[in-house]
Amino acid sequence: MKVSLFVTCLVDLFKTNVGKATVELLEHLGCEVDFPESQICCGQPSYNSGYVEETKDAMKHMIKTFEHSEYVVAPSGSCAFMFKEYPHIFKDDPIWEPKARELADKTYELTQFIVEVLGVEDVGAKMEGKATYHTSCHMTRLLGVKEAPIKLLRNVKGLEFTPLPGAHLCCGFGGTFSVKMGPISEQMVDEKVSNVESTGADYLISADCGCLMNIGGRMERQGKPIRVMHIAEVLNHRG
Amino acid sequence: MSIKIGVGDFKERVHEELNNEFMRGAVRGAQERLRIKRLDEAEQLGNWEEWRSLGEEIRQHVLNHLDYYLYELSENVAKRGGHVFFARTSEEASQYVKEVVQKKKAKKVVKSKSMVTEEINLNSYLEEAGCEVIETDLGEYILQVDEDHPSHIVAPALHKNKNQIREVFKEKLHYSNTEKPEEITAFVRKHLRNEFLTADVGITGCNFAIAETGSITLVTNEGNADLVMSIPKTHIAVMGMERIVPTFEEMEVLVSLLCRSAVGHKLTSYVTAITGPREEGEADGPEEFHLVIVDNGRSDILGTEFQPVLQCIRCAACINVCPVYRHIGGHSYGSIYPGPIGAVLSPLLGGYEEYKELPYASSLCGACTEACPVKIPLHELLLKHRQVIVEREGKAPFSEKIMMKAFGLGASSDMLYGLGSRAAHSALKPFTKNARISKGPGPLKAWTKIREFPAPEKERFRDWFKNREGGKQS
Repeated sequence: MKVSLFVTCLVDLFKTNVGKATVELLEHLGCEVDFPESQICCGQPSYNSGYVEETKDAMKHMIKTFEHSEYVVAPSGSCAFMFKEYPHIFKDDPIWEPKARELADKTYELTQFIVEVLGVEDVGAKMEGKATYHTSCHMTRLLGVKEAPIKLLRNVKGLEFTPLPGAHLCCGFGGTFSVKMGPISEQMVDEKVSNVESTGADYLISADCGCLMNIGGRMERQGKPIRVMHIAEVLNHRG
Repeated sequence: MSIKIGVGDFKERVHEELNNEFMRGAVRGAQERLRIKRLDEAEQLGNWEEWRSLGEEIRQHVLNHLDYYLYELSENVAKRGGHVFFARTSEEASQYVKEVVQKKKAKKVVKSKSMVTEEINLNSYLEEAGCEVIETDLGEYILQVDEDHPSHIVAPALHKNKNQIREVFKEKLHYSNTEKPEEITAFVRKHLRNEFLTADVGITGCNFAIAETGSITLVTNEGNADLVMSIPKTHIAVMGMERIVPTFEEMEVLVSLLCRSAVGHKLTSYVTAITGPREEGEADGPEEFHLVIVDNGRSDILGTEFQPVLQCIRCAACINVCPVYRHIGGHSYGSIYPGPIGAVLSPLLGGYEEYKELPYASSLCGACTEACPVKIPLHELLLKHRQVIVEREGKAPFSEKIMMKAFGLGASSDMLYGLGSRAAHSALKPFTKNARISKGPGPLKAWTKIREFPAPEKERFRDWFKNREGGKQS
């Protein structure tokens, strides 16, 4: 199966290992991975700040970039959801709406793709340790992917999986929210960190790098020994 | 316009409330309890998503035919001997109520809890006219005695604890018992009983007006609204113009959604529908009934992209799940309407100048939208506000505009992205230590105030992919 990777700008620039793990994992599962090089950013930061018109060029650029793709897979629930938003944003544009819809329809978040399209629930990963999982808001509420990552994680050999208390609470990232509303974001991430700590986990896993940068960055600042990992890195771990 | 509460700007209020440890503990506890109860009740009812869709459909239908139902409602209220007044503004509404009260030579008015009367600042209008106004909902009564403002639309005194309440009553009403809620409640109950019996006018809000019969419905747990509308000789009900249902059948659906979403119960202790003044042969009820229908900016929302906010049935489910409200509480919003619904509604009713920060006081996590029993896309409406602030109101900071413009360019041009992203690693190098940035420049400063920021990788993912053996590019 041919898969086009939408790696997301955070992964491209800051979390290269997540991108590498995503490619290796998909290849391990028999996919042929292609990386359309002209991809940039889905435009979410400026769109969510209210700059809709300014973002449309970026969105059109992404639509063109993935025009030829059969499947588009992103290691991020939030960025994958942004592609799903495109047809709504272009709803009054007869030329771009159908193109946007086509992109939205073939876009999947990584774990969603593995479970729903490839039909795989055990990727043969192995990793020792105790882990908890942070459900990102955009992935669970907006994209609607709740079960796939949990199913996959439960099948990772050696991994002791503990549910995270207060999992429904946002970690306080919210893109520009984290800097625009710094003092509020701080309280939110602190509550998240204390919930993570209460599980006694060695690893905090999530499918969104934004949340991981936020929670992980806070834990690092506080000197907490808990390691954050993207789910692609865990699923690509073979012991 | 009087939805405004408190002083200072948004940031100052947030700072103050974040230091209010008691309030934060109370809100956290209430959110946990209410969320679980609401989810349990929804589960027990079954097919919750279908119920939500039905609720949404009813509300949208009414809003799309609001002229028709307002006419039907007013005709039917009049048929049953009630008086109907349409108030375009908050002032017109309060003025009308004041005139009725003055005509009745009323000295004392008892009220049940009503957000719309808060919105039109009714109490101070009536007090200026020399009338004593007594709130009879326990939470509202506490706030009235303490001259405080509501911080939640269903549990207005959520931010106060029993010790604080005891002190207030001790100081103002010579209360001498303990801080036990039962004792405080018994004290207030006894005190209010006399107020009900001696009041000249009773004022209530209206959860839903029923167009077909000209009835109004009130939903309470304390039963105070029933006394307010049956003991005094005159009853004035004040409602937002959108709070209508066609018939009792739709009322039942919405009350089911309301009680479950607001307090996590199948029903509240009292759900009362009354139709017009007392008729001959009836044992109780007022001699005179007035229905004040308040527009106050609502018709300006109709037909716009913000119309869905008028679907609201004031259950506060969005407030009870909001992770931002959880920490900053109700008073930070500076409006009688806090939380996600308040962040959408306040700029519309009170203007962007006053409430321009509220649409940004959200991480867009969507918990509000998910909880709303009538499917208001709350987080999407917050986004629309941001768009209006940037595009129509021109209220976005200049530096942000420049940054977003640059972002837009960078995110739509391979060349610019290539240049920028390749330069990122070196540009941030002076700030980097052990692959992390602890004191970032520019926009990173706010981030690194409390967290580490990862340094950009030397080799971007795309470079790795290009260079790897067997890697394919297109």
